[in-house]
Amino acid sequence: MSRHTVAFTVNGIARRVEVEARRTLAETLRENCGLTGTHVGCEHGVCGACTVLVDDVPLRSCLIFGVQAEGASIRTVEGLAAPDGALDVLQQAFQDHHGLQCGFCTPGFLMLGTWMLERSERLNEDSLREILSSNLCRCTGYQGILDAVRAAARTLGRWDDDAGISSPA
Amino acid sequence: MTWVGRSLRRFEDPALLRGEGRFTADVAIGARIVRFLRSPLACGRIVSLRPPPDMPADALFITAADLNGTATIRPMLHRFAYRPVEQAVLPADRVHFVGQAIAAIVAPTAELAEDLLEAIELEVEAETALVTMDDALRPGAALVHGIAHGNVAVEGIVQSAECDTAFVSAPHVVEIAIRSHRQNATPMEARAGCAAYDRATGRVRLTASVQMPHMLRTGIAELLGMPESDLQVIAPDVGGGFGQKMALFPEYAVLVWLARHHRGDFAWIEDRYENLIASAHSRDQAHVLRGAFADDGTLLGLEADILANVGAFSAYPTTCGVEPLMAFAEYPGPYKVPAYSARARGVLTHTCPMAPYRGVSRPVITFGLERLMDRAAKAIGIDAVAIRRRNLVDAFPHQTVTGLTLDDASYVETLDDAVALLDIPAFRARQAAARAEGRYLGLGLAVFNERTGYGTPAFAARGMGIVPGYEVVDIAMTPGGEVEVRIGASPHGQGLRTALAQIVADRLGLAPDAIRIIHGDTDRTPYGWGSFASRATVISGGACQTAADKLAVRLRAAAATVLQARAEEIVLRDGAAIASNGSSVPIAALARQVHQRSDLFEGFNLAETASYDPAGTFSNACHAVIVEVDAETGHVRIERYLVVEDAGRIINPLIADGQVRGGVAQGIANALFEEVIYAEDGNILTGTLADYTPPTAAEIPAIEIHHRETISDATLTGAKGLGEGGSIGAPAAIANAISDALAPFGIEITEIPATPPRIRALIRAAQAPR
Ligand code: FES
Ligand code: FES
Repeated sequence: MSRHTVAFTVNGIARRVEVEARRTLAETLRENCGLTGTHVGCEHGVCGACTVLVDDVPLRSCLIFGVQAEGASIRTVEGLAAPDGALDVLQQAFQDHHGLQCGFCTPGFLMLGTWMLERSERLNEDSLREILSSNLCRCTGYQGILDAVRAAARTLGRWDDDAGISSPA
Repeated sequence: MTWVGRSLRRFEDPALLRGEGRFTADVAIGARIVRFLRSPLACGRIVSLRPPPDMPADALFITAADLNGTATIRPMLHRFAYRPVEQAVLPADRVHFVGQAIAAIVAPTAELAEDLLEAIELEVEAETALVTMDDALRPGAALVHGIAHGNVAVEGIVQSAECDTAFVSAPHVVEIAIRSHRQNATPMEARAGCAAYDRATGRVRLTASVQMPHMLRTGIAELLGMPESDLQVIAPDVGGGFGQKMALFPEYAVLVWLARHHRGDFAWIEDRYENLIASAHSRDQAHVLRGAFADDGTLLGLEADILANVGAFSAYPTTCGVEPLMAFAEYPGPYKVPAYSARARGVLTHTCPMAPYRGVSRPVITFGLERLMDRAAKAIGIDAVAIRRRNLVDAFPHQTVTGLTLDDASYVETLDDAVALLDIPAFRARQAAARAEGRYLGLGLAVFNERTGYGTPAFAARGMGIVPGYEVVDIAMTPGGEVEVRIGASPHGQGLRTALAQIVADRLGLAPDAIRIIHGDTDRTPYGWGSFASRATVISGGACQTAADKLAVRLRAAAATVLQARAEEIVLRDGAAIASNGSSVPIAALARQVHQRSDLFEGFNLAETASYDPAGTFSNACHAVIVEVDAETGHVRIERYLVVEDAGRIINPLIADGQVRGGVAQGIANALFEEVIYAEDGNILTGTLADYTPPTAAEIPAIEIHHRETISDATLTGAKGLGEGGSIGAPAAIANAISDALAPFGIEITEIPATPPRIRALIRAAQAPR
């Protein structure tokens, strides 16, 4: 199997790795970059545990190959907290609202949630539930996750109180 | 002001939120990768098994022949006509289910290991598979294992003459046959293990995603005939378990064998397909229930015929008796059942073995009982709430007909609370109006109890060869004044580190962040049984409380010396030991003195051990749900989901509600969505998450939770367990609600999951001209 050198940035740091063409981005991040915060729950694109942001868009990193990330700017869960470990607004909301139990799905939800809070559209109840239904969690029953992202959106001024109507920012 | 009872934020969270948790796959980076060749057939003889033609030098191919001398997995039950089925770690000559591990490949990377796996030459001579219980119980059916005649691996029978009499004389006999289809607990982290050989000591450290690390160590050491002390098992961060990660799986034994024989590090990270087809399944059960009722709805007798498809083998240590025998012993549930006859059988088939899954058989028996109650109410012509109220146990302690003691609980009260919250008359009006528009709303109730926190006596009564139950806790204060608490329980998402710290903090007058709960490492914790059966907070929590109390005695004695007071007058509060005259010493200063100036004290040690082994208690709850069924598509929408639960004293409400919500979500999945489906030949059709379909945030509604706190003296802390309750009530409540919604069609739900195709089939049959 052919091997390729790929260059991209992860959480702002330039990386150059050599991978087989068939290695997924998830495994590239975990094995080649040592970033094990990105979890693999199914390897077939359903659970969303492996969600990362590639050029600011959430992608399931088990569904693309490492070689496809050439030149991309990737963000993973390891890049969310401050260097001293202080949690960001969304992470703190997950703790406050019990948005995690075992924590295995959490990195994927955090990256999806990070994108939700950065989008130009504000969130409302409908879009909150619809977008978060992209990922699976087996522990929480989702309530804590919905509460956490809603609370973070409110804190950051990204919440639209007119349920059902999403207005441009 | 106590720490117990507060919604303290979890200590577990920050690392997990930063992506700094350590799951088994994270520890395994750099190890050689193990992949398993899995049986493509459900039943057959292995004719030949040859390694890949071009094996690289750095690869290994391991079969039964290599493991020669390894014992078989053979858990025991000494009652209930148990047939001790044996499972080889890797089979030498026969396969028994699709997905059974036959051989292992080791390669430097997962990609290379999978290439080699595809090149293994395996020939299996197919034989007819017995997939369903009907297949296996058919007279003259072949035997899955020669030792189990009629393919029955375990059988419990209780026959009561009083019950026969009740049925003869009762004015109403109501019968229901229910079917619960097969489930997979589906933790988001699948199984995983990494065995690392330490050349300096000759020991192996197995890091694995498991719920019972000590038990796994014992089991593997026995299988491989190695000194148990040469094996360390670590359960690091574990991505959910729900029962699936209790068993001793053959794969872990292979990893440890490899580490010992090839003196290196070997990891197996299960993929989702393997997990869905070959880990452990559950709840594949069929029951026939009959109730004898008086005219006023009083239950006079209950008969149950329980069948559980236990798959091809018997999981260690719980055995394949766990499902049928739990249904057998606990069927009367929260009701006064004066007479009971039952027969429960565990049926062997050529399918993935069964193991406990959150609630084990209780979701099924609650489905049975609560459907029976609704059907009986209708048959007798009384109200569904009234028939429950009439029969619920309302005086405690109550001795059940199966010999269990029900401690103080709130069966009637939780029902009454739920009924009051629901406003049933208003709902009925809304339901009638909706029906007039061709919309089908329904309301369903489920009242149940849940046996929790049970220790040795309960497991011994099952006749288990290995009797779990007790928990031991070692507690010690460091010279710096922090408290280290080593527990045998093994949490995997429940927030136990936080909850136990709250319990200990209160007893020592310290803040919870001074308490470190150490778990999941056989080298650092006392022997214990892990986390399952809603037991950890109750049993480990009780042991923690006692251990902390014993440590408090030592601290007070030391403080008495320092403060020149009597030990009895010292209180531990806000981080200090305070005498009645107001003089005080910080506990941290005290700890340093006791360790470093032992010449001043009698007894120099700030360490204690405590154990706890309770008989058990019962939590209870009432679930109530309102659904709308789309008669054209068979789709069920949950409009409202209400839980009134009583788990005794709540240690941490945030965590407690999280447990309830997570459980209800799994119960909803069980009721409406998830099903492991086998084809007739024993192949699995649900090998991806897109086929097995766990629910997402779009399917799980907001769940309204109300608490009652009945403090029973059956537990030390007053806490009853609540890990499983959520999953127990949901299938019954939802099935009752759908049945209520579809009453105009005369439809009742007796089979779960009630998927749209099943509901549509019922509606079509109801509408067909007769
Ligand atoms: S691991 Fe990528 S979607 Fe599940
Ligand atoms: S917290 Fe365990 S899977 Fe989501």
